[in-house]
Amino acid sequence: MDKDFTSRRRRELIIAAFFAALAATVPLFVKDVYIQNIMVLTLMYAALSQAWNILSGYCGQISLGHALYFGLGAYTTALLFTKFGVLPWFGMLAGGVISAVIAMALGYPCFRLGGHYFSIATIVIAEIALVLFQNWDWAGAALGIDIPIHRDSWLTFQFTRSKLPYFYFALVLACIAWLVTWWLEDSKWGYWWRAVKDNPSAAESLGVDVFNSKMGAAAVSAFLTAIGGSFYAQFVSYIDPESVMGFQFSLLMALPAVLGGIGTLWGPVLGAVILIPLTELTRSYIGGSGRGVDLIVYGLMIVLISLARPQGLVGLFSVSKKAVSR
Amino acid sequence: MTAETIIQSLASGLLMGLLYGLIAVGLALIFGLMDVVNFAHGEFLMIAMYATFFLFAYVSIDPLLAAPLVAAGLFVFGALVYLFVVRFAVRAKANAGMVQIFSTFGLAIVMRGLAQFFFTPDYRSIAHSWLGGKTISVAGIFLPEPQLVGALVAIAAFIGLYFFIHRTDFGRALEATREDAGAVALVGIDKNRVFALGWGLGAGLVGLAGAIMAVFFYIYPDVGASFALIAYVTVALGGFGSVFGAFAGGIIVGLVEATTAMILPPSLKSVGVYAVYLLVVFIRPRGLFGSM
Repeated sequence: MDKDFTSRRRRELIIAAFFAALAATVPLFVKDVYIQNIMVLTLMYAALSQAWNILSGYCGQISLGHALYFGLGAYTTALLFTKFGVLPWFGMLAGGVISAVIAMALGYPCFRLGGHYFSIATIVIAEIALVLFQNWDWAGAALGIDIPIHRDSWLTFQFTRSKLPYFYFALVLACIAWLVTWWLEDSKWGYWWRAVKDNPSAAESLGVDVFNSKMGAAAVSAFLTAIGGSFYAQFVSYIDPESVMGFQFSLLMALPAVLGGIGTLWGPVLGAVILIPLTELTRSYIGGSGRGVDLIVYGLMIVLISLARPQGLVGLFSVSKKAVSR
Repeated sequence: MTAETIIQSLASGLLMGLLYGLIAVGLALIFGLMDVVNFAHGEFLMIAMYATFFLFAYVSIDPLLAAPLVAAGLFVFGALVYLFVVRFAVRAKANAGMVQIFSTFGLAIVMRGLAQFFFTPDYRSIAHSWLGGKTISVAGIFLPEPQLVGALVAIAAFIGLYFFIHRTDFGRALEATREDAGAVALVGIDKNRVFALGWGLGAGLVGLAGAIMAVFFYIYPDVGASFALIAYVTVALGGFGSVFGAFAGGIIVGLVEATTAMILPPSLKSVGVYAVYLLVVFIRPRGLFGSM
């Protein structure tokens, strides 16, 4: 490790701490509940996209079925709470562990598949889970689960009077996802993943355990995604299969990382900060007519950004050219 | 369950499967040509269905006669999509795969938005077309006419496509470009022209399918999404890029769907198809007819 590299990593940590602190103060000035809501969603998507980026960006295994893990997280928390009275905090952990285990169990056969065959397998598996949940009466079937509100408390992680607790939790979640990525990027795993992404057979011949690298990436990625799902269930206090496990959602989760810069540390954050407020604002200002203008604007934005900046928006803000081309 | 009902549902499954093949073949063709998965494929189907609907509702052209017109319209549309979107996506130096997925996905969202804007989210259907609602009895098995005609059109389209690819200059240029896009430039074939025509052809084929689907299926802005997923599975099942694979994949998907519907409740009918996809790729990671 040369000195430049170490100092660059330390600088990234300082920049992240600065932005996190800045974000933490924003609610002191912004009291509007609608805007606070958008900020919560932005942070949630930043965390989710960061999680997706670990498997798909760093390790190169393009998953288009991450809604599965999000949904598993949401359902585990909601079911444990409504059926057995288990506090969401334990549900969150359980959801994360269940998702990580399932991700590895699915990875076992799926990681033999290459390219589009893998991606389509991820779509198909998430769709099977979606259909099963839609038909699972005990779990509310297609109608989903209404999470009853007991009282505002950190214990049950429910807040009706203020969005701020959700905001701070989402901020912590986004920070954790970022930190995990930051830490893994420079670990043995990070180098393995990039090697697997660039050239799996060359990596294998150099002694990289390709299969276990993918399994590791899948477990971490699914765990973090599920935590996001648990959070979402508490935040909206109502979940149904289509909204937490649908194919569209898998793509929406990936979008910030793709537009921000896939396989980069800052891509998911930047993508979420730009994309989510734009999406929400267009939806409420021009989507109210129900005539799909918001979809047109949103879709055009995706097409134009992905064509104009294939490497992601993150390069626009980078100081060194070298970091971009990597 | 009697033998007759089993044969009955397998027959309908087979007809539907041939239609699935026709829906999917454009996707397979485009993928084989340039390694691009079109995530707006379902929306191509959607606009074809709307076009058929409006030709019927306002100009009283029966879907059967409208089919070639719609296919021609979609041909032009597909070529334009290549020229204005995909051409730039394949040029991307970084993340080409993701750029292709998300630029076509963005296009799909725009198309859905435009459909909502101009056609409203209402469900529409074509009533009293020549084929609509009619069935024909063959040896005691009742076959719905729209699906039967659709299956025949699909078979004809596959035969036509076979001769087109193997017997015409353009077909050979298509094959040559898919083998080696760099080398064809040396012999004076304009790669962009071949790609644009390939996209046109792929879209035209899904247009043909859309015109027939419009006879017996509801038409609404999101209709493409459910068929797109089946089309991806069909193409991957057969093996990406293999035109014959799409044909076989479609038949398998149709038959599996019909079989699942006999065993499991109707709301679970798609599970069988997905499970078969997983089973096939776990055994043959490149699909049934994909090159190993």
